[in-house]
Amino acid sequence: MTRTTQWLYGWLLLLPAAALLALFTHYPTVGTLWHSFLSTPRGARPAVYVGLDNYAQLVEDPIFWQALSNNLWYAAGTIPLSIGLAMLMAAWVNGRIAGRGFLRLAYFTPTVLPMIAVANIWLFFYTPEYGLLEKLTGALGFPTHNWLGSKSTALGALMAVTVWKEAGFFMIFYLAALQQMSPHLAEAAAIEGASRWYFFRRVTFPLLMPTTLFVLVNAVINAFRLVDHIVVMTRGGPDNATALLLYYIYEIGFRFWDPAYAAALTMVLLSLLGVAALAQFWFLERRVHYQ
Amino acid sequence: MSALAHRASGLGQGVETTAAWLLGALWILPLAYAVWTAFHPGEFSTHFALSAPLTLENFAKAWAAAPFARYFVNTVALCAMILAAQLVLCTLAGYAFARFEFPGRNTLFALVLVQLMIMPDVLIVENYRTMGLLGLKDTIVAIGLPYMASAFGIFLLRQTFKTVPKELDEAARIEGCTPLQVLWKVYVPLARPVYLAYALVSVSYHWNNFLWPLIITNSVESRPLTVGLQVFSATDQGIDWSIITAATLLTTAPLLVAFLLFQRQFVQSFLRAGIK
Repeated sequence: MTRTTQWLYGWLLLLPAAALLALFTHYPTVGTLWHSFLSTPRGARPAVYVGLDNYAQLVEDPIFWQALSNNLWYAAGTIPLSIGLAMLMAAWVNGRIAGRGFLRLAYFTPTVLPMIAVANIWLFFYTPEYGLLEKLTGALGFPTHNWLGSKSTALGALMAVTVWKEAGFFMIFYLAALQQMSPHLAEAAAIEGASRWYFFRRVTFPLLMPTTLFVLVNAVINAFRLVDHIVVMTRGGPDNATALLLYYIYEIGFRFWDPAYAAALTMVLLSLLGVAALAQFWFLERRVHYQ
Repeated sequence: MSALAHRASGLGQGVETTAAWLLGALWILPLAYAVWTAFHPGEFSTHFALSAPLTLENFAKAWAAAPFARYFVNTVALCAMILAAQLVLCTLAGYAFARFEFPGRNTLFALVLVQLMIMPDVLIVENYRTMGLLGLKDTIVAIGLPYMASAFGIFLLRQTFKTVPKELDEAARIEGCTPLQVLWKVYVPLARPVYLAYALVSVSYHWNNFLWPLIITNSVESRPLTVGLQVFSATDQGIDWSIITAATLLTTAPLLVAFLLFQRQFVQSFLRAGIK
């Protein structure tokens, strides 16, 4: 095959996928930036260039700041907890524990359920007075509490759903990594008299680092991408206590029909994801891999 | 024996087993609760008695109250369409990246990987505008289009194709195969487990996807199950939890049953798709 035919084949094979990617990933990314400098067309008034007006509005918008801070708290709360639980679960179901098959199934099942269905179930779970949670706390003598209806607990209640949904998914990756680990390491450590905690801290945890990085990237993306449960459970309320960034974009774009402002908000979300991507490359550069 | 479980004392082991089981119970609890509510008459949805009669009436009521049959058809069509397109597009692109030398290859590959970070889920505003320009709003095609060229699939297949020995490729060429024939006769058969893994991950992702379908669809004819379920539970006057949970289980049943039947393959697939 000549070089030119190589080139031609390469480009042609790539063409269909590249065209769709350009249309639905690259163009909209650039389009978001462009539209964030325009105004929203209203009635007979077409969109005009307004410079940084949308961003000025954003800086002044207390709900945006609340959504951003909610989202950061949400990420800070759900990511370490679900990763920690995932490691623990993987360690358990990798060992010789009684009922291992059932435990694997129990931990993993939330992963295959749609978030929207899960949210319906949890909504019922949290229902004031009638929900299972209320029955349990009531039986223990606690006063009744509206978990999703009060500002102090609503975000936490949603975070619990997320951790429940994601920990089992991340567990799978840790399980795979643990199964690839040589049993000689543990034997050697046992002969040396190392404690289990010491062994975990100095051997297992560092060896799991590539997996942790992979899971972390996924967890970060999900923390900013997945808002299905908000639509079902709280609609961002009470008083924007559970508005996450993407949910706020959805509200502005499709309930208040202000695509220009939604574009400015999307730029913030894209920058956050970009920073996450750069951080990932930086970590990879520093060689987290030990192989 | 696990690397983590070495030298566990008898007592420590007991404590850990109990903790593992408590966590397992906690993890299965919401689902068990939903099953209880769906299979019992409404008055038992909040109090538990062993004598509670079992019933399928909640399922019948839910099925009759909304066009779930249509939603099922839509979701199946959606998942099949996306998967078919993804398999073709990602195979061709993965093959190009794995086995052909052409100018701009690395740049193009980096551009593909952008989608791993910036997924279509966050570009809803612009993609909605594009669908309007294409005249595709409120169609099943519009739900699927942004996901058809999947960076994840391209990456996965590129990695897989790279592990195919070059000798096999060359032998097939000497036999007179064109590059596309080589792809079909050598690469695709060898990548079969990866295709299965990718298919399971893709179907469960799109069966469950919600926000984009919610935005782009507006009628019974195009709504997938997830959106139909939300419309049903949100407009239902006088919340009847047993019917809503029945509908919830109904819409998840095929995936859940498939998962229980093919548990091992599911877990293996998620693993295979993740490690690469």
